[in-house]
Amino acid sequence: MNAPLTLETLRQRVRLLERPAARYAGTLPFGVPNIDKHLPEHGLALAALHEISGGGADAGLAACATAFAAGIIGRLGSTVLWCAQTQDIFGPGLALAGLQPDRVLYAEAKDEATMLLVMEEALRHTGLGAVLGEVRHLPMTASRRLVLAAEKSGVMAIALRRRAAGADAPNAARTRWRISPSPSLPLPVPGIGRARWQVDLTRCRGGTPKSWIMEACDAQGCLAVPAELADRSAAAERQAS
Amino acid sequence: MAGRVGSKRIVVAADTQAQERGLMPGMAVAQAQAMQPDLRIEAADPAGDAAGLTRLAGWCLRHVSPLAAASPPDGVWIDVTGCTHLLGGETALLSMLAGRLSQAGFSVRVAIADTPGAAHALARFGDAPLTVNAPGGVRKSLAPLPVSALRLPEESVQALRRLGFATIGDLMKAPRAPLAKRFGGLVLRRLDQALGVSPEPIEPLLVPEIPRTRMGFPEPIATADDLARAAGLLAERLGEKLLRRGLGVLQLDLVFARVDGLSQVIRVGTSAATRDPAHLTRLLVQKIETVDPGFGIEQICLSAPITDVLGARQVLSDICTDGMSADLSALVDALTNRLGAKKVFRLAPVQSDVPERSMRRIGPLARAEGAGWPENLPRPPRLFTPPQPVQVLALLPDHAPKNFVWRRQPYRVRRADGPERIFGEWWRSAEEACSVRDYFSVEDEAGQRFWLFRRGDGEDFSTGDLRWYLHGLFG
Repeated sequence: MNAPLTLETLRQRVRLLERPAARYAGTLPFGVPNIDKHLPEHGLALAALHEISGGGADAGLAACATAFAAGIIGRLGSTVLWCAQTQDIFGPGLALAGLQPDRVLYAEAKDEATMLLVMEEALRHTGLGAVLGEVRHLPMTASRRLVLAAEKSGVMAIALRRRAAGADAPNAARTRWRISPSPSLPLPVPGIGRARWQVDLTRCRGGTPKSWIMEACDAQGCLAVPAELADRSAAAERQAS
Repeated sequence: MAGRVGSKRIVVAADTQAQERGLMPGMAVAQAQAMQPDLRIEAADPAGDAAGLTRLAGWCLRHVSPLAAASPPDGVWIDVTGCTHLLGGETALLSMLAGRLSQAGFSVRVAIADTPGAAHALARFGDAPLTVNAPGGVRKSLAPLPVSALRLPEESVQALRRLGFATIGDLMKAPRAPLAKRFGGLVLRRLDQALGVSPEPIEPLLVPEIPRTRMGFPEPIATADDLARAAGLLAERLGEKLLRRGLGVLQLDLVFARVDGLSQVIRVGTSAATRDPAHLTRLLVQKIETVDPGFGIEQICLSAPITDVLGARQVLSDICTDGMSADLSALVDALTNRLGAKKVFRLAPVQSDVPERSMRRIGPLARAEGAGWPENLPRPPRLFTPPQPVQVLALLPDHAPKNFVWRRQPYRVRRADGPERIFGEWWRSAEEACSVRDYFSVEDEAGQRFWLFRRGDGEDFSTGDLRWYLHGLFG
C-alpha cells in the first residue's frame, strides 16, 4: 500500500550503510518537474558537493553559471558564504537571480589553496546554508575534503568553476553541471526577453547525464520551462488541426 | 622650550617657526631671547613628556601590536611582527599610524625595518616621513645615514666625525678591532644591533588594566602541540578572569617569550565580544604555525588589550532570530583571522544610479537592513572594473549596437534592449556634471548577453566621447 514510503526507507538505509558518518540533510528541489524527476534524490542534495561550470561561449567567465548558482543558494533561505579571488561580483545582478544581499557573506582569498581551506573550514560550520567557492582547479583530493566536511555538517558545497582548467578531470562532486547561454525567443516587440540557458547535467551519482533548455533564474531564483516546450503537445495539436 | 643643564638654561626644543628664524636646540636661552625678543618660552617638562610617551605607547599596544614600548625622549618602539595582517599590510599600518597621530596634533615620522635599531635610524634620519624598508635591505639603506643615527652618546659621535667617519657606511667598512679599542664596545654593539647581527629585544610596556594571564615553563617547549595546549589552558584562565570582570574579548594577544630573549606574537581579533575559551583557543591555534619557537619558549602570556562589556547572555529562543544568526560570529572571526581584515564582508546597496557606485562593502555582521536594488532594471551578475573598451557598429543617436568586437572576437547582435540613460552625479565633480552613459543589453547569436554602454548621448560631444565599453556579462 505504501510502497513508495518503503522504497524511500530502504534507500535511506542503504545510504547509511554506504557512509555512516554522512548526515542526510534533505534536498533542495529545483521546482521544475522534469529536472527534479530526473535527479535520483529529486533535487540537489544539501550535504554534498556540486560543481557548476560555464559552457559554450561563456566557458571562461561563467556568468550564466554564476547566476545559476546564485539562484540555487538564494533559494536555501539561510546565510551563505561566497568565496572568491577576484571581486567582479555585482550585487544587483545576483539579487536579480534570487540572491539577496543581506544573506551573503563574501570572503576574498589571495590564492586558490587558501580558498579551499576557507571553504572547508566554513563547511564545518552549521550556521551556514551553503558555501560557494570560485575555483579554477578542483582536484580529487581537494574535492574529497570538501565532500567530507559537507556531509558532516549538512551544509551544501558548490564549486563554481571559472576559467576552468581540467574541467573534465574526475572529482568527488555529487552532481556536475554545465550552464551555457542559449538563444532566446524573439519578442513581438523590440527588446530582449528572459534569457535561456542550456543546462547540462554532465555527471550525477546514481543518475544519468541529461540536457535541458531552461529559462534563466527569476528574482526568486527559480528556473522555468520554456513556454513552447512546456505545451509542445498542445501546440503540435493546434498546428495539426 | 627651555630646560636646565647644570646651571645653564638652554633651549631644549624649538618649533618649526622658531627654527626658521635661526633658533636651535642647544642654544642658551639668553642668546635666543636676544635674537628674537618676542620669543615665547615654556618650561620643559621631561616627566610630563615621559608620561605622555608612555600613554602613546599604551595606545599603540592596543591598536597596533602587543609589543610596544616608549623610547625616550621622542619615540615609540613597536614590534609589528605577526600583526600587520590585521591592519592590511606594513604600508597601510604606517599610514594609519601617521594619519591617526597627525590628527591628534603630533608631527610624526615612522619607519618599519628588520631591526629596531634600523627603524630608529630610518625614522629619524631617513628621507621620507614614512619608510618601509624591504626585508634584508637594512645594510643598504643604513649606509648613507650619518653616524649620529646609531643612538650613540654625543662625545662618541664627535670623536667618530673627527676621525672621518661621516656615515654608517664608513663605519661598516672599517676594521672592527681598532674601533672597539678606541670607542669601547658601544659603537660596535649599536652597529650590530642595527644590522641585526646581535639581537635587541624590546621590553614591552605593561598596562595594569589589561587582563592578562601568564604561564612559565621550567623546561622550554617548542612543539606546536605543546604550544596549542598551553594556549588552551591560558584561554580558559583568561575566560574566568573576564567572567569575573564582566568583559568579553575583542582582541587577543599571545606573546611567546623565547629563550634567546626575543618575543613572538600572535594577535587575533574577534568581531563580537566573547570569552568562550573553546572559540578563543581555536582562533589562536589557527595561527600557531606562524610562530618560530627558535631554541624553545619559556613563557607564554595571553592578554586582552581591547575588551568590551559582556554580561551573561540569555540563550535566544528559536522564535526570535533576526536574520543573521548570532553564532556566525565564530565563523567570521575564524575567516577574518585567516584572510585578514576587510576580506570578509557583505555588500550593501548604495543609492546611486552609477553601477560601480551602487554597492559598498560593509562589515560581515552588520545589521541586515532588508534594502535591495531596484528590481526592474537589468543588471549583470559580473561587472568589469574598469569597463572594457569594445569596437561597436551602431546607428546614432540612440540605436542599439549592430555588432561589436571584444578581445578581437566579433559578436553579431541579434536582440537588444535600451538605452537606459544614466547621468553623472553632478555634485561630485564638474567633469561629471554633464556626462551621460547610455546602457544597452544585447544578445549575440549564441545567446550570450552583454551589458554595453556608450559614453555620451550621441548628439552632444560635451556629454561624452561616444566610445563604447563592455561593462558586464549577464547570466
